[in-house]
Amino acid sequence: MATTAEGFDAHHDDHAHGEHKPGFFARWFMSTNHKDIGTLYLIFAIMAGIIGGGISGLMRWELAEPGLQIMGQIVEFMGGAGTFDEQGHMWNVLITAHGLIMVFFMVMPAMIGGFGNWFVPLMIGAPDMAFPRMNNISFWLTVAGFLSLMFSAFVPGGVGMGAGVGWTVYAPLSTTGSVGPAVDFAIFSLHLAGAGSILGATNFITTIFNMRAPGMTLHKMPLFVWSVLVTAFLLLLALPVLAAAITMLLTDRNFGTTFYDPAGGGDPILYQHLFWFFGHPEVYIMILPGFGMISQIVATFSRKPVFGYLGMAYAMVAIGVVGFIVWAHHMYTVGLDVNTKMYFTAATMVIAVPTGIKIFSWIATMWGGSIEFKSPMVWAMGFIFLFTVGGVTGVVLANGGVDDNLHDTYYVVAHFHYVLSLGAVTSMFAGWYYWFPKMFGRMHSEFLSHLHFWIFFVGVNMVFFPMHFLGLQGMARRYPDYTPAFEYWNHFASIGYLVMAASIVIFFINIAYAFIAGKKAEGNYWGEGATTLEWSLSSPPPFHQFETLPVIEDHHSADDHISPAPGSAPARA
Amino acid sequence: MNFGEIARKRLQFLAIMAAGLIFSTGSVTALAQEAESVAAPVEAPVAAPVEGATPDAAAGVATTAAPAFEHFGPDMIKGQPTSFEDDPIESMTFQEQYSETGNYALWMHDAILMPVITVISFFVLGLLLWVVVRYNRRANPVPSKTSHNTFIEVIWTVIPVIILLVIAVPSIRLLAAQYESPPEDAITIKTNGYQWYWGYEYVDNGGFEVISNMMPEADAIAAGYPSQLEADNRMVVPVGVPIRIQTFGADVIHSFGVPSLWFKLDAVPGRINEKVLIVEEEGIYYGQCMELCGARHGYMPIAIEARSLEDYNAWVLSQPGGVIAGAEAPAAAPAPEAVVGEPAATPEAPEAGATPTA
Repeated sequence: MATTAEGFDAHHDDHAHGEHKPGFFARWFMSTNHKDIGTLYLIFAIMAGIIGGGISGLMRWELAEPGLQIMGQIVEFMGGAGTFDEQGHMWNVLITAHGLIMVFFMVMPAMIGGFGNWFVPLMIGAPDMAFPRMNNISFWLTVAGFLSLMFSAFVPGGVGMGAGVGWTVYAPLSTTGSVGPAVDFAIFSLHLAGAGSILGATNFITTIFNMRAPGMTLHKMPLFVWSVLVTAFLLLLALPVLAAAITMLLTDRNFGTTFYDPAGGGDPILYQHLFWFFGHPEVYIMILPGFGMISQIVATFSRKPVFGYLGMAYAMVAIGVVGFIVWAHHMYTVGLDVNTKMYFTAATMVIAVPTGIKIFSWIATMWGGSIEFKSPMVWAMGFIFLFTVGGVTGVVLANGGVDDNLHDTYYVVAHFHYVLSLGAVTSMFAGWYYWFPKMFGRMHSEFLSHLHFWIFFVGVNMVFFPMHFLGLQGMARRYPDYTPAFEYWNHFASIGYLVMAASIVIFFINIAYAFIAGKKAEGNYWGEGATTLEWSLSSPPPFHQFETLPVIEDHHSADDHISPAPGSAPARA
Repeated sequence: MNFGEIARKRLQFLAIMAAGLIFSTGSVTALAQEAESVAAPVEAPVAAPVEGATPDAAAGVATTAAPAFEHFGPDMIKGQPTSFEDDPIESMTFQEQYSETGNYALWMHDAILMPVITVISFFVLGLLLWVVVRYNRRANPVPSKTSHNTFIEVIWTVIPVIILLVIAVPSIRLLAAQYESPPEDAITIKTNGYQWYWGYEYVDNGGFEVISNMMPEADAIAAGYPSQLEADNRMVVPVGVPIRIQTFGADVIHSFGVPSLWFKLDAVPGRINEKVLIVEEEGIYYGQCMELCGARHGYMPIAIEARSLEDYNAWVLSQPGGVIAGAEAPAAAPAPEAVVGEPAATPEAPEAGATPTA
């Protein structure tokens, strides 16, 4: 869509109009600037990702061979004696931390806090978010949540330190089964991060509904903005249920309530219903912004608008809505009655339809396009294939009767890592390479990002594809050890981890390269395919942009052909 | 164990040897083998267990009342994972199934789900590769302006719906089959999940509970069983008849899962879940706890031993307080067979610190 921003000079000098950035402490610890807050989130997510990914490295190291190899050393490092039970508990602590960190402190902050904050206001032509200071509170609440989780590893929580309850925190293991404050600190962690996300969600909804530039109707918004809007509604409606569920855990643990204790009239299954009512929308929260980024990237590098814009937007809405009524497919083995299990089987399979529409629409966008295989496009195409593979194993698991033999096995681990590590994370790297020069003003090395992609692609497939085999053969998840029949594929997967880790090294080298030797980035360094508003600004954008709102012209609707890059063609009446 | 129990075991061993020598010369060869292949049926978690046979009754008498029960050895293992080294293809698919619903589910996965997901994945991959070749910038310098095509949008909505319906029909049928209630006279076995072992309560057979711990790794390997899967006291079940399995969690949530029988049911505190199980063939089937339950979640396996109804009843009678379900007739004593091995000394439950490796 074309913008006319008469008199708006993208290469504005900050000082010319008396605009100055705050001092260092105010700028970075008391920020009210969506771009700076986005940067903070991205840095935070990268750091959390290193920790969460490092933990998974320890996990793969332990699982590389039958028997317990390194759990004892880790226990002793953390001050324990190294008994068998302490080792088992430490394993549970590691897998819990890995899950909670990756979900709440890596994927969500990066996608929503990072890319969402950076680009939603830019894409809708707004000077900032609706509530800039609350935006900052959201970030620091997330940081506080992370610190609480880190702290939980240093206080007792069972046979040793830390919370060993899984990211799902099921009762009664997390109530009567975990003595000590570690689980309480894990619960606080979720309270804080959840509060940050709820506030952020209200911020995004208000911003998107009220601050679009004149002429940008909802049906002209970029699909990334749509994705964040749907995500924000999911956050708003699902997180309070998690808050309730875990608050009841807290009161059961500390204040004598028995919500989840049958001896007092409660029910452990109540917890599972509440958790998964949040938990299923949560996984869509983790993928929808990725869908949005992929749409932007595929359109840019195909030099075509996204095929079937309305179908794409409303497919995301459908995924969000239906995502609220399928939660018990995570509970197929708890003893559901037959009608309930049949309903959830059918409802879960329904989600494959809007998701399929999106996959085919992305391919149709590329069809007839003139594609340049820059690294974001390569990442995006990798996403489309890998997410499809993850999605179809989801269809297998959706069948309640079949799931009986796959529930809590490595097949489930394979499924969700395909849609997360090979889906969400891939889309995040795609977005990273798409927008990195825009955010930081320097070009990264395209060669290194391609290399990153291919090594990562090989590595993660080596780690997670064999997990399908292990799950089919019956290997249980959340086990620190296994019967020797499972050794080969476990060993294979652990080697794959090393390959993937090597690719992450390349990622960091690329960042260093960009800051040391990268060329300065232009406003629109991707060419005519990049048509959204952020490309009309400098790289990086000025500290305050769109103080004069751009006007979105009416005759270029989303149904129409692609319009030339803003500023590159004469304005039309 | 106390000395009286040890003494009884030694005498019992001698009695069985005598019976075996009398009735089969072939047993001499078996006796020469390692004697540690079968676990002893230790019933109660505390106190000296009562062995089925008395030395006097067994010595030299063909049909003794309840001689010591002989469990299957490693040659009867049917439900266990396959290593890649043994058979690469089998290591990549489901374990072989030994129940009717299991076979139906396996068919549904192999004949319907796998083809569908494989075709879809390769189809998407194919389209992507085609796009790379046909629509790259050099091959197609001018992009088309198409952004709509109602016909294809309808196609790619309707066809997935049809595919899902094709999947849904057998899927719902499978669920209906899995939810068939056991008949009223089905033998009921209540599997109680504890931290960190299973208790198998034979509700219709006198109410005794068999406590089943993981067999220590060294013992399992020495006896020829897969480590981390074999248990000291197996869950003995009758073959070919419906069994009412009831699961219950004593402390936290556990889950009773046996891959080769397509069976999984959570063991939740405050709740008794129930599902029917019919094992088609005699044999040993391994399972594991499938819900995170604390430090030794990975060390509380399940070992089901499916026996003929006759053998099952004999085993029941060898347990303290064991009675044949519903029947008044005296149980026929099983014919003495060649000795496969002797009941091994009960391995100790895994203790903190007594780890196989650390």
